[in-house]
Amino acid sequence: MATALQTSTVDLAARFPNKAAADTRPGFTGFIVNKENLIEVATAVRDEFGYDLLTAVTAVDYIAENKMEVVYHAYKTTGGPGLTFKVQAERVDPIEVPSLINIWAGADFQEREAWDLYGIKFTGHPDLRRILMWEGYEGHPLRKDWKEPFFEEEVKPFKSRWPEGKHTFAEQKNPYRDNLNFPKDFDPENFVVEKEEDLYASLERHTTKDIEGNMKTDHIVVNMGPHHPSTHGVLRVAVTLDGETIIGLKPVMGYLHRNHDKIGERNTYLQNIPYTDRLDYFNSMSNNFGYVTTVEKLMKIPVAERAEYIRVIMAELSRVQNHLIFIGMLMNDLGTMYTPSLYAFEERELILDIFEAVSGARMMCNYYRFGGVVRDIPDDVLQKIKDLVLERIPAKTDEMERFLNENEILVARLKGIHVLNAEDAIKFSVTGPVLRASGVPYDIRRADPYSIYDRFDFDVAVRHNGDMMDNYLIRFDEIRQSLRILEQAIKQMPQGPINSQKPAYQVRVPAGEAYGRIESPKGELGFYLVSNGKPNPYRYHVRPASFVNLTAVETMCKGAKIADFVALLAMLDIVMGELDR
Amino acid sequence: MDYEKLSLPNYNIPEDIQNAVAITTLDRLYNWGRRSSVWPLMFGLACCAIEMIAAQTARYDMARFGMEVMRPTPRQADMMLVSGTVTKKMLPAIIRLYNQMPEPKYVVAMGACASSGGPFKEGYNVVAGIDKFLPVDVYIPGCPPTPQALIAGMIKLQEKIDKESIKTVTWYNKEKVDGNYVPMPILGPDLIDVRRNAEIRDIAATKEGA
Repeated sequence: MATALQTSTVDLAARFPNKAAADTRPGFTGFIVNKENLIEVATAVRDEFGYDLLTAVTAVDYIAENKMEVVYHAYKTTGGPGLTFKVQAERVDPIEVPSLINIWAGADFQEREAWDLYGIKFTGHPDLRRILMWEGYEGHPLRKDWKEPFFEEEVKPFKSRWPEGKHTFAEQKNPYRDNLNFPKDFDPENFVVEKEEDLYASLERHTTKDIEGNMKTDHIVVNMGPHHPSTHGVLRVAVTLDGETIIGLKPVMGYLHRNHDKIGERNTYLQNIPYTDRLDYFNSMSNNFGYVTTVEKLMKIPVAERAEYIRVIMAELSRVQNHLIFIGMLMNDLGTMYTPSLYAFEERELILDIFEAVSGARMMCNYYRFGGVVRDIPDDVLQKIKDLVLERIPAKTDEMERFLNENEILVARLKGIHVLNAEDAIKFSVTGPVLRASGVPYDIRRADPYSIYDRFDFDVAVRHNGDMMDNYLIRFDEIRQSLRILEQAIKQMPQGPINSQKPAYQVRVPAGEAYGRIESPKGELGFYLVSNGKPNPYRYHVRPASFVNLTAVETMCKGAKIADFVALLAMLDIVMGELDR
Repeated sequence: MDYEKLSLPNYNIPEDIQNAVAITTLDRLYNWGRRSSVWPLMFGLACCAIEMIAAQTARYDMARFGMEVMRPTPRQADMMLVSGTVTKKMLPAIIRLYNQMPEPKYVVAMGACASSGGPFKEGYNVVAGIDKFLPVDVYIPGCPPTPQALIAGMIKLQEKIDKESIKTVTWYNKEKVDGNYVPMPILGPDLIDVRRNAEIRDIAATKEGA
């Protein structure tokens, strides 16, 4: 069971005396590695101990101890619990920590994020630019001494919102009457805008050599997005093209950076649940699931038996509708505008009806609570779920497969294109269906079971070519497996209470840290929480699947055609709310 | 549009040609044409965009109101549906899109974030409402608004269009060319609204501390 605290069998402190020590702070696990020895220890973690998948890299600002800490979570793709190791640095600028990008290439974007939001310099990182905010932005926002322009108080609930006080607008407290903050003596008229030269310099760009018989051609840089109909939201990519062939590509994100981490640290634990809805806005149920699992890990509370089943039912329904939409959107990007996605949305509406019936909202369900769920499933809704799961969705999935799978154009557009092999997929910390389509049977529901997934009989969907076709087909496999789980869950669901706790506005969370992760439809959705015993999390970090999966995109599309890149973005199934947070 | 709505009363048209002839004002005809084919910009920002797509699909079907032709290019669009949180980083792109849209153009703020910043208002990268930069015609509350609410908002926009007159709309005003042009904000240490340059300089000069 994932709720029980698992002590990892690896003892880094014994293997590296004087270089690593166990983290002895109450509630904390893992090892603290010396900064100087980080590369050596990390190499051993990967090669000797076999933790080949570095899933989460994040930082915590311990301002009271004058320390900045970088936290790494590594897992084995063969399954089992993970290994947490940390490195601490003095909180004096410049804060420098060696980069692990040469050991796990998947650390790339996450280290850039830590640089952007915490100002930690990762020495040896080849392309350390800001990632979520723009170049030239003042300050590193997640530092504890950095205050946002609309800062009111350290933690919620704010006094100004309290019933006996009267409400004042945040605008009235800021001298600019807006969400703005400028350094002293800033003069906008003489401000020179920072050009994005670093971005373009990071792209490989050169003139093709004039070899005998070849026309001398120049490479061109094309910016796709942030407004582009097929970038699935507000993603931008800078592409270097040789004719139509991609020779270099850098994603630029942050256009939907909504500061989940900073707002999450001001919120109380309960207030964060509706914010998690808005991460991956297709799957609010899965997001809730990941967050409450993590907080329950910290609180060490059991979950009501019936609620466990309801949670699984909702999360799997969410996965079914996500994959249906995925198929519709992929078809959109391949050029069959609307028709397949209209079919997909028809089924999605029926699943959203169920969400609306149990939670009151179609998309932003806010349905899970610590210890259970907020409302029970009424009998008529359960009947609807049964009808959908047992009859309608299996039939509609078959129908979609019959219509699409052997379509000549679809096969020509997908087969053998954008191959990601298993080795690269693991190297780039790719998770979810994209990893499984490369032949790695890694599904957290099986590899490191959480909730009650160990009770169900299902297969981990896996395909072996790693191309777009497999990525497309694996979604159908996953829908089928989800339906299997749903069938069993509906059959086994007991009667009983739906929450093991009394409903409360504040929850008591003991001091400590927890990293909880679930298999969301897009990959590993992780939450890293640090509690100091107060009503608000000290650190609230979301490890999004889309964000990390995008690390592999440059490798995947080098040498491919720009038109196929549009399909690749659909295939990675990114969602900007989660990617940018 | 049916005969009764388009035609003005009090004009006696012989009964046998009533289905062939209508007497009306230019305003009514113009507004009818405009309100019946509002082409939205195919442009999604965040969660609300998904409900916008849902409103286009079979169950809700915005095509019933002449709004199904989503144009990915701003040059062919009539209406910008700001569907989601507007971030400071994204704002210059939105303003550029708006400036590229030909007139007449309308802006609809869909959802709490586009209207006021919503649940993310306190975020350091969030613009507290698109109306700080663009003239908004209709606000649709909700987080996200249901497709029904979106359609209700669209109908409100149609009602607004019905009340326009060619004589008063800004886009035929010869004295104020580019009356709807919004200057591009700049991404500096924070978002610089160039219309407020002097104010920003003055307040920054009086800032306490280093």
